Amino acid sequence: MSTIVETHEDHGHHGPAKGLTRWLFTTNHKDIGTLYLWFSFLMLFIGGAMAMVVRAELFEPGLQIIQPEFFNQMTTNHGLIMVFGVIMPAFVGLANWMIPMQIGAPDMALPRLNNLSFWLLPMAFTILLSTLFMEPGGPNFGWTFYAPLSTTYAPDTVTFFIFSIHIMGASSILGSINIITTILNMRAPGLTLMKMPLFCWSWLITAYLLIAVMPVLAGTVTMMLMDIHFGTSFFNAAGGGDPILFQHIFWFFGHPEVYIMILPAFGIVSHVISTFSRKPIFGYSSMVYALTSIAILSFVVWAHHMFTVGMPLAGELFFMYSTMLIAIPTGVKVFNWVATMFKGSISFETPMLFAIAFVALFTIGGFSGLMLTIVPADFQYHDTYFVVAHFHYVLVPGSLFGIFAGVYYWIPKWTGNMYDETLGKLHFWLSFISVNLTFFPMHFVGLAGMPRRYPDYALQFADFNAMASVGAFIFGFSQLLLLFIVIKSIRTGKKASSEVWEDAKGRGLEWTLESPPPYHSFTIQPEVK
Amino acid sequence: MKLASTLTRKFHYIFLCIFSGQVFSEASKYNMPHGVTEVSESIFELHMLIMWVCVGIGVVVFGIMFWSLWKYRKSSGAVAAKFDDHFGLEISWTILVAVILVLIAIPSTIVLIQTYDDTEGDINIMVTGYQWKWQYKYLEDDISFFSNLATSQEEIDNQLAKGEYYLREVDEPLVIPINKRIRFLITGNDVIHSWWVPDFAVKQDAVPGFINTAWTNVPEPGIYRGACTELCGLGHAFMPIVVRAVEQEEYDSWVAEKIAFAEQERLLNYKVWTREELVQRGEGVYAKNCIACHQTNGQGLPPVFPALDGSNIVMNDKTRNIEILMEGVRGAAMQSFANQLSEVDIASVITYTRRSWGNNKNGDGEIVEPKEIVDYKNRVEL
Repeated sequence: MSTIVETHEDHGHHGPAKGLTRWLFTTNHKDIGTLYLWFSFLMLFIGGAMAMVVRAELFEPGLQIIQPEFFNQMTTNHGLIMVFGVIMPAFVGLANWMIPMQIGAPDMALPRLNNLSFWLLPMAFTILLSTLFMEPGGPNFGWTFYAPLSTTYAPDTVTFFIFSIHIMGASSILGSINIITTILNMRAPGLTLMKMPLFCWSWLITAYLLIAVMPVLAGTVTMMLMDIHFGTSFFNAAGGGDPILFQHIFWFFGHPEVYIMILPAFGIVSHVISTFSRKPIFGYSSMVYALTSIAILSFVVWAHHMFTVGMPLAGELFFMYSTMLIAIPTGVKVFNWVATMFKGSISFETPMLFAIAFVALFTIGGFSGLMLTIVPADFQYHDTYFVVAHFHYVLVPGSLFGIFAGVYYWIPKWTGNMYDETLGKLHFWLSFISVNLTFFPMHFVGLAGMPRRYPDYALQFADFNAMASVGAFIFGFSQLLLLFIVIKSIRTGKKASSEVWEDAKGRGLEWTLESPPPYHSFTIQPEVK
Repeated sequence: MKLASTLTRKFHYIFLCIFSGQVFSEASKYNMPHGVTEVSESIFELHMLIMWVCVGIGVVVFGIMFWSLWKYRKSSGAVAAKFDDHFGLEISWTILVAVILVLIAIPSTIVLIQTYDDTEGDINIMVTGYQWKWQYKYLEDDISFFSNLATSQEEIDNQLAKGEYYLREVDEPLVIPINKRIRFLITGNDVIHSWWVPDFAVKQDAVPGFINTAWTNVPEPGIYRGACTELCGLGHAFMPIVVRAVEQEEYDSWVAEKIAFAEQERLLNYKVWTREELVQRGEGVYAKNCIACHQTNGQGLPPVFPALDGSNIVMNDKTRNIEILMEGVRGAAMQSFANQLSEVDIASVITYTRRSWGNNKNGDGEIVEPKEIVDYKNRVEL
């Protein structure tokens, strides 16, 4: 083995290929990570533009800008793009960049598969987005695409939608296989599982969730396909099927999916809080157990999305209790983050600001989640803006802020240049204020009775909707600042040292590599004691 | 239930001192309504209880966090401690969370059981969701009618000032007597809808092919407004619910009136109608049932909703025109109106479309008599 390595090194062609082929044919974990991150960034602006259209229409009562039909296409595609095109690919991008560097490996275990799993994504989203330009328009049945609105009553383009979901699912499954294989087989000697960085742990668990539920989603859309084109009646009561069956299968995928969108953020935030508190993470093993319990519980809570479909009492009680249990490991994580800050030596660089906002605002989303668990109260909350407020709190200042924290934390390592701290802080404060301005009033309109997915609404909801729209536009445009900061850090900036952050060396193997790191991260395996 | 209300009242007392009473006033812009029924009041209290529990936990956790951020900031010279776990602490907060959850679960379970009761009602009403209106069928009295949005398209399109009950008004509300157990049998005709009246705390999905039940018992006369809460297509925001709860005597006379009216409608089928009468009636039917898709000017919203103005079927093919109204169009948004509209209404609305816009000039302009629809129905049934 060692002789092979030596001859290999003699060639000295370890840099990337030149031009477009570098990106098309790359098998390098950093290049693929970069592709994932840029892809998700692009999708953030597309999905965000759709949200802007929605918020512009909802700025005041009445139909001003768009008709309900297009409004439904916008909400649907906004949801699909943000879930499958932004949050998930961004996490996979971070995983690609950081996992090999955190476990002391040269690259991912399955580099060619890695290339395939990325390049499937642009295909899937090209198909999905192209439906918007077809007649009679793209998917308009909500990102949860409940049958029979998405089958018997769907526009013809639903078939393209199904195909694109299949491709996204395949991409996720391949990516997950790669991540699991890498983590289980390529850790540096001495890096036992219980010493592994929490970001790797969170991704190991996320990858298992993906492998478990993506095939279920594929099954769901295949059943839709059969109902639409081949005369089956899985979701059609007239043929002996059941529309509620759709919801059960969808949410059996959907609930683990929402944890897929938050667990990696838990990992990132744990690193950031520990580094900027200059203290090891509090309760490492309980963090790992909490991640594991959340993942396991996520398989037995799905019907809490369906409390009003007409379930028997026993079913309602079971799903209420099982969902409440999730508050325990989630609470433990929040307490551990706070305990990590306690008696630390805390500084407030941009990644830390995003991580602190994450803890506070994700917890608010957790509280409204706990309220939604209470079945009788859920009868009033269900399908109102209260739910919209809830899941945007866990997804925007939750997942997305987690991703932002990760990007600011690691970008000096990636580019070798520090980002512009002043602009970073500006980006944080603009995002922080506007995200609350957008989503907090939604709690109020929801409680006061405004249902979600409404293109037009009664007059008493006007004030808060106007407020939310203003917030949304500020939030949307603030993200252009992030684009500028990232480009600036790639091109210029203060040179970053190999450990980047004060005393980071002890906090992970990635800080032992120079900034930017060599093309094949660890060509010699490091020892972990 | 006792426990929930006592606890909630305590919380109210404490926090009322901090926050203004505004938040708790009825029909608040910020909060869930108390509603009018026993169930809605229990749910409101449960909601406030859990909300204050969350606020309490939040104050403690965020308090410690922000205090730590301030106290242990590096700029003040804080030096990091080395500890990274504390077994006792970790076990205690895990148990603490579990205990709080159990305390919340108990009143929640009690209220939930209170809401679950599907025994017969004094009055049983079948509620059917259609794209995009509600049908109410009184099972004991053989009364059945549709309830459509009453807000005009001009208000929605900002051509007229919006009224006080913009998008919350219907042409014909559901009428129920007070102090009677009303059971709703809820289903959907096409896609899933959801029937929600916040003041009763009743929200139940209307699933095609299945019947869900819900119930209420309203103690006070009044007008209660609700909405559809399951995405059901482009008219989702435009199918509100209005319930008028009245004294028993008023209810009885309303029932008698409805039955007499239905008989009168039936007789209309055998009357000979003039063109003008049909067009006039048809205009109203069109405004109520057709303009959401086909628009006031008959131009529709192509490609999903075809124009009627200039359509060959509407101008020249009366037979197919009737067939579409009666059967709907497979694979398109056009549904069957055979069971939604009376024979007279179907005849008059077809006549109206055939005689409106440019269709009268460019097409055959033939009218449709109610009898033709009755004949069609008889033929199909054979």
